[in-house]
Amino acid sequence: MLNIKDLHVKLEEEDKQILKGVNLEVKAGKVHAIMGPNGSGKSTLSYVLSGRDGYEVTGGSAHLGEDDLLEMEPEERAAAGLFLAFQYPVEIPGVGNMTFLRTSVNAQRKARGEEEMSAADFLKEVRARAKDLKIDADMLKRPVNVGFSGGEKKRNEILQMAMLQPKMCILDETDSGLDVDAMKLVSEGVNALRDAGRGFLVITHYQRLLDHIKPDVVHIMADGRIVKTGGPELALEVENNGYADILSEVA
Amino acid sequence: MAAPAEKQNTTEARIAALDLPKGGWSDAARTEALTRLRVMGLPERRDEYWKFTRPDALTSVDVPTAAVLGTKEAPVFSEMDALRIVFNDGVFDAEASDDLAMAHVQISRLADSSSDIHWAAGLYGQLEANGQAPVARPLATLNTAFATDGVLIQVVGQAPKPISLVYNHLNKASEAILHHVIKLDPGAKLTVLEAGPAAARLNKVMEIDVADGAAFHHVRAQGRDHERCAATHIFARLGQESVFKSFTLTANGRLTRNECVIELTGDDAIAHVAGACVGDGDFHHDDTVFVTHDALRCESRQVFKKVLRNGAIGVFQGKILVKAGAQKTDGYQISQSLLLDDDSQFLAKPELEIYADDVVCSHGSTSGAIDEEALFYLRSRGVPAPTATNLLTLAFLAEAVEEIEDENLRAALVDQLEGWLERHRS
Ligand SMILES: Nc1ncnc2c1ncn2[C@@H]1O[C@H](COP(=O)(O)OP(=O)(O)O)[C@@H](O)[C@H]1O
Ligand SMILES: [Mg+2]
Repeated sequence: MLNIKDLHVKLEEEDKQILKGVNLEVKAGKVHAIMGPNGSGKSTLSYVLSGRDGYEVTGGSAHLGEDDLLEMEPEERAAAGLFLAFQYPVEIPGVGNMTFLRTSVNAQRKARGEEEMSAADFLKEVRARAKDLKIDADMLKRPVNVGFSGGEKKRNEILQMAMLQPKMCILDETDSGLDVDAMKLVSEGVNALRDAGRGFLVITHYQRLLDHIKPDVVHIMADGRIVKTGGPELALEVENNGYADILSEVA
Repeated sequence: MAAPAEKQNTTEARIAALDLPKGGWSDAARTEALTRLRVMGLPERRDEYWKFTRPDALTSVDVPTAAVLGTKEAPVFSEMDALRIVFNDGVFDAEASDDLAMAHVQISRLADSSSDIHWAAGLYGQLEANGQAPVARPLATLNTAFATDGVLIQVVGQAPKPISLVYNHLNKASEAILHHVIKLDPGAKLTVLEAGPAAARLNKVMEIDVADGAAFHHVRAQGRDHERCAATHIFARLGQESVFKSFTLTANGRLTRNECVIELTGDDAIAHVAGACVGDGDFHHDDTVFVTHDALRCESRQVFKKVLRNGAIGVFQGKILVKAGAQKTDGYQISQSLLLDDDSQFLAKPELEIYADDVVCSHGSTSGAIDEEALFYLRSRGVPAPTATNLLTLAFLAEAVEEIEDENLRAALVDQLEGWLERHRS
């Protein structure tokens, strides 16, 4: 599903190489986790895949199915089924959360040549999904993420994911800033979307989230590369011994 | 002090090209205004109050021509249940207008000099004259002298529906000089809507006297014609516990100068004035607002937002003057521009002048581009860049548009803005 080959990325404005040859394949139905110390390039990878400005790809490739992601506009990537749950969801004053959701859902449908969702169907759907995530009517009415707590913002990301039904979901530190209850809600939201046709890339600094969202494969990223890949036990190793051991082992 | 020679020449040339209407009861005010105009002279570029806006096109003898848009679309407020009064190039259209009759409201026309409208005689040109200090507003004085028509509205109770003034622009070289006087008696309520470009060149004055406990709401849309020029003035005087709320939408227009002069003379009065403008290319829009607090515990609010692209220019000159003794004044002013490219400009001069010690006044002015983070967030959810930009632009304008209390009126103007943004996609 997601196929990244020898991806090299530098900052556009600075002569600073961030990704130094990332190789990764996520198959449909699988959950991959990426762990790694702060500053290792995890967010950069997620931004480059979703098409954010400010980065320059100096080598390698990234495909979603047949689609060459790096050739596409961010909105085209989204319509092709890529979704990023942001580490820092953006506040948009003046745009209602509901308007935002409906515009997104229908823009993607339109781009795929599908019929737009009727107002009634949309409302029904959004209410059901919001209820699962304990997102109340007020949060739906408010401007996107404005005045939301950290946990509310993350739940709102999962709501968008549930509404958009992407093929490939990237979650960037979705666990950060969550208390135990919110962590449970978010994980349940993600697990409900696990499906044979859908891939997940869960970026996290801590093992905690992976107790709830059980990964099939765990990667360790350091200094712009994936330095180690293993099963769920790798996450436990990080939890118990920290990154230092693994890093010295591969150095 | 007489105006300098060059200014005098411009002024005399302009006066010579106009006819002083014989207005019956308004004659005295017109003659007096003409004398005042000769002393102050028409504005010119060197005047401090016009440093951001060239007045030439507003003062020239010849009317700069303006193509007629000739749209088939229904005018903005045509869906509203309102008493309609139509002017074509500044000329009253009796056929197209409703009967000038409504419960609790008396409506007459300035051009109808037959009757002696004594209440209007006491106001016509009076609020305008009061509004000449500390800054001269000569175009308004010219208007008092030479206005050819307008409506005179006295409201004695709650008006059952809004009065909607429709200004059609039919001739590419037309000029309209309109002067409205609106008097709300104590406790009276009225909403006035205005829509349309009015003429190739418009000079309009609206004097509004809001008595104790009365409420006046005003929503206008200045049409969509690209080349038209307009100078408008609102002079409002507010009594105790009265309310004045005015909102203006401006889309297009080569040159617009909207002045609003508000005097809060009764305790606990509220004045809100807001505007949203969108301009693409040959567009110069100037909001000049002067609010004077001269009573206790009054509240004033100015909210102006401008969306500018392709070299469009936005100007805001806003002042809050708090006189000595106007304690517990609550004054707020914000002016913001969204520059959609590097060619556009926003020039702002926010001012506070405060002579009372127990007041809360704040003002702010900003100029910015589309928020790239928000744009990417929207795009990452599948919203194409132009749609996302329009969504963020509407969001930027929202704070001003939300100043319109009536939901239907607000929706009508949001429709207009959406239409404009759709036609002017990036
Ligand atoms: N836009 C940027 N400007 C400057 N430095 C950046 C930018 N994006 C990433 N970096 C740098 O790249 C490195 C990797 O950052 P990031 O991808 O956020 O790491 P992680 O998500 O693994 O913590 C860090 O050294 C960070 O400072
Ligand atoms: Mg990160």
